[in-house]
Amino acid sequence: MNPPRIGIVVYLAHLWLAFGSTAVRAQRADVATDWKEIQAPALHSFHPQPPKRIQLSNGMVIFLQEDHELPFIRGTARIRGGSRDEPAEKAGLVQIYGEVWRTGGTRGKTGDQLDDYLEAHAAKVETSGAHDSTSITWDCLKENLDDVFKVFLELLHEPEFREDKLPLAKNQLNTAISRRNDEPFQIAFREASKLVYGADSPYARVSEYATVAAVTRQDLVSWHKQYVHPNNVILGVVGDFDAAKMEARLREAFDFWRKGPAAPKNQVPFKGPKPGIYFVAKDDVTASTVQMIDLGTTRDNPDYYAIEVFNQFFGGGFSSRLFSNIRSKKGLAYAVGGGVGTEFDHPGILRLFLGTKSKTTAAAIDAFNEELNTLKTDPATTQELTKAKEAILNSFVFRFDSKEKVLNERLSYEFYGYPTDFLERYRAGIEKVTQQDVSRVAQKYIHKDRLAVLVVGKAADFDKPLSTYGPVTTIDVTIPPATGATSKP
Amino acid sequence: MRNVRVSVVYLCALVSTLASAQDLASFEKRITLKVLNNGLTVLVCERPEAPVFSFFTHVDVGSDREYPGITGLAHMFEHMAFKGTDKIGTNNYGDEKGALERVEQAYQAYDRERRGEAKQDDKKVAELEKAWKDAIAEAQKYVVTDQFGEIVERRGGAGLNAFTSHEETGYFYSFPSNQVELWAYLESERFLHPVLREFYKERDVVHEERRLSESQPFGRLLEQFTAAAYTAHPYGQPVVGWSSDLESFSAVDAQNFYRKYYVPANMVVTLVGDVKASEVLPIVERYLGRLHAEPKPEPLRTVEPPQNSERIVILHETTQPIFIEGYHKPGALDKDDAIYDALQDLMSNGRTSRLHRSLVRDKKIAAVSGGFNGFPGGKYPNLFVFFAISTPGHTPEEIRDAIHSEIERVKTQDITDEELQMVKTRARADLIRQLGDNQGLAFQLGSAQSLYGDWRGLFRHVSDIEKVSKADIRRVANSNFVESNRTIAMMESTKLAQAPAAAKEGK
Repeated sequence: MNPPRIGIVVYLAHLWLAFGSTAVRAQRADVATDWKEIQAPALHSFHPQPPKRIQLSNGMVIFLQEDHELPFIRGTARIRGGSRDEPAEKAGLVQIYGEVWRTGGTRGKTGDQLDDYLEAHAAKVETSGAHDSTSITWDCLKENLDDVFKVFLELLHEPEFREDKLPLAKNQLNTAISRRNDEPFQIAFREASKLVYGADSPYARVSEYATVAAVTRQDLVSWHKQYVHPNNVILGVVGDFDAAKMEARLREAFDFWRKGPAAPKNQVPFKGPKPGIYFVAKDDVTASTVQMIDLGTTRDNPDYYAIEVFNQFFGGGFSSRLFSNIRSKKGLAYAVGGGVGTEFDHPGILRLFLGTKSKTTAAAIDAFNEELNTLKTDPATTQELTKAKEAILNSFVFRFDSKEKVLNERLSYEFYGYPTDFLERYRAGIEKVTQQDVSRVAQKYIHKDRLAVLVVGKAADFDKPLSTYGPVTTIDVTIPPATGATSKP
Repeated sequence: MRNVRVSVVYLCALVSTLASAQDLASFEKRITLKVLNNGLTVLVCERPEAPVFSFFTHVDVGSDREYPGITGLAHMFEHMAFKGTDKIGTNNYGDEKGALERVEQAYQAYDRERRGEAKQDDKKVAELEKAWKDAIAEAQKYVVTDQFGEIVERRGGAGLNAFTSHEETGYFYSFPSNQVELWAYLESERFLHPVLREFYKERDVVHEERRLSESQPFGRLLEQFTAAAYTAHPYGQPVVGWSSDLESFSAVDAQNFYRKYYVPANMVVTLVGDVKASEVLPIVERYLGRLHAEPKPEPLRTVEPPQNSERIVILHETTQPIFIEGYHKPGALDKDDAIYDALQDLMSNGRTSRLHRSLVRDKKIAAVSGGFNGFPGGKYPNLFVFFAISTPGHTPEEIRDAIHSEIERVKTQDITDEELQMVKTRARADLIRQLGDNQGLAFQLGSAQSLYGDWRGLFRHVSDIEKVSKADIRRVANSNFVESNRTIAMMESTKLAQAPAAAKEGK
């Protein structure tokens, strides 16, 4: 939604306007009377500083990005392997690992001792787990780098996963499980993922009391042993340091580290939802949440750029079709949006979503259907195309307006094996998108009859029964009780 | 304004360890403040890291200036400030103006009839409602929908948005740095010639925003808690407004509210990024200098009277318990405010915080627990709030007792030297951490300028925290954290969502 420097596209688009209004401006020396009179001067050239890439002989990749504005230094090591690789019967393992890795301390210091030291120095060392990776980060004033980096290294190489922190981490997960049906939007997003990816998919499944209870300290120790090897690690460091000195420090710390087995590649299959109407009963609400969903695609798809333009025109920002038609003109929703979701290494979710008062639930479904029909009969107009492309290209600069953002983009491309100049290709790709491209991707990816329609709400208050739209499959979101599978060895 | 000299000296010491770009002299050099002839305060902070800038327009009005009947109106106007002007968002303003007047006339007639004291004539109400809706449809013909947002986005705007709180309304986005003049045009026109088109559709949108929070147990709890804690001051009203008001107030109400509070003397505009004060100030002056000078609105009269007895709210919900309690305390301009900020840090910040160690780590009755200063706002006397999200199987009463024993500890025993030092170190570091982002810096500087009357208040506040003593902490804890000054709100589980039947048990 946000990209570039004021590029050539805008300049040309407004040239005639600027030209035509020169006379008007001359008469009113001080202020423009119409926004069209105001032409932007060329944006001065800006070449964001690329981070330095280093690859050690053990496979570890390091990026260094100097940024001397503030006296901080931050590092993030992202490690391949995440919750999609954990066993289904231990769903939650990686989340617990991501917590206890830090709270369980190191061989020499308990997690509580680390807390005392770090907090007293306004420093952080944190660990976490995600779908495809785990991470360990540090963030400190540069004057504390020696000590904080030492903590970082000890956690990386000698974590202890002390047993007493396991129940704490499990408490966090169990609390989240016990409250996961509080918010209708949360229910809708969770169930939508299950419908699209399959309830058992590693990208959709959720932890239960039983799967949390099944996780043991040994699981955490084994996970660390299996995944934390230099050839699975990408480390990015940004802040107030000298790159040569930092490189020497990191080489000294990591050169000795021996290679291990590579993390497995993603093998998860994706099939898409079974079309139909799905319903989750939630009686303590005044509004319904509606989603229409299907499988999206990946960012290495050649259609990606056309999809980005389509998404901007259809459901992005403050003047897209969905926003203008469903929110501004119909007043049906506060939160509304949608588009073809994309991810780096697995298909995203194609989604239209909104929240609307219970008694306009059917009206909102009708409004979505109308938009989907209009896409067939009346795809993006020239004006809509221009508008969407300008929005992406002119705000492109916000993709790299800080050194840390530049670093983070590079880290992502490295992690997912994308070309290092992906951002520049993105800009070029967007520029080339035509009206035909946008129509084509709309027809190719959005099929009304293949969508799953999911409604979370209070059926008694709906304007029309959901069965108006076809047979309704009710989804039971009751939380399975904690019985049985209590603490296993 | 107090202690300027002291804080400058302190700041020099503070920043001595920092890179040169962040020393105070440099900050003073990079920030230019100008009060325009019409009373508008403009702040420009030069931060040429990348060819972009962010702005923050602070308007010194929020739901604090609302009263029964118009609750939610400040937030409603905030939404209307995206609807355009007499030149943006219309295909024929001359005709649209008349059409909008007819919408208002039709609405007044309809609204009077449907809310009349006497028994309503249903047929007449329906007729008037139809006439109003017809007038809306007629006015809609002149609308170029969402053109304001479209212009911002096409020219490269990012993060376009706004917010309303209990005491301020803020507008913000970021632009490439070659769009300063367009920005100045848009921001001045939006407040010089706002046209309240599509008002009643947007009122529905805002009502949907309310439903988002009222459809969650925590949203319901927070609204009841706040309402119970205040009997007189408007802090007790929800920013989003009560449903009855959202279904009643008119575009005329919004227009009147805007005229009274959107005056330049009541606004601070802050620009941060790749902008030179010498270049942008003349532009800002040309455009925003056009806002009509009006006297600053009279300060709010109502002050919350002292609380003289504990208030307790209990919500029965089909989810797990949550506990909140709040104690009245002075506002952000009070000399003790830094002490409360120190207390907040001590009680809630990170794994070493007292509430985390007691409720989460040791007693294992909460997944999260904290305490914070300044609820639901900061400007007026407000609440210091303690809360906890319980772990499964633990009751709000257990939480309450555990929080109270931590409060008792702060009252009866000095905090340690290490704790006090930690609080001060973090206050300093946390401030500096916030200085590396245009939008964040614009919020910080603009808010400090409006609250303290001087952007340096942002830095001065940290030096005030530096001066906090152990005795100060005990003093404010003892004087304020007392039963008669307390409001509690807790959620109790009617039936835990364990048994299959639980799904049926809505409230």
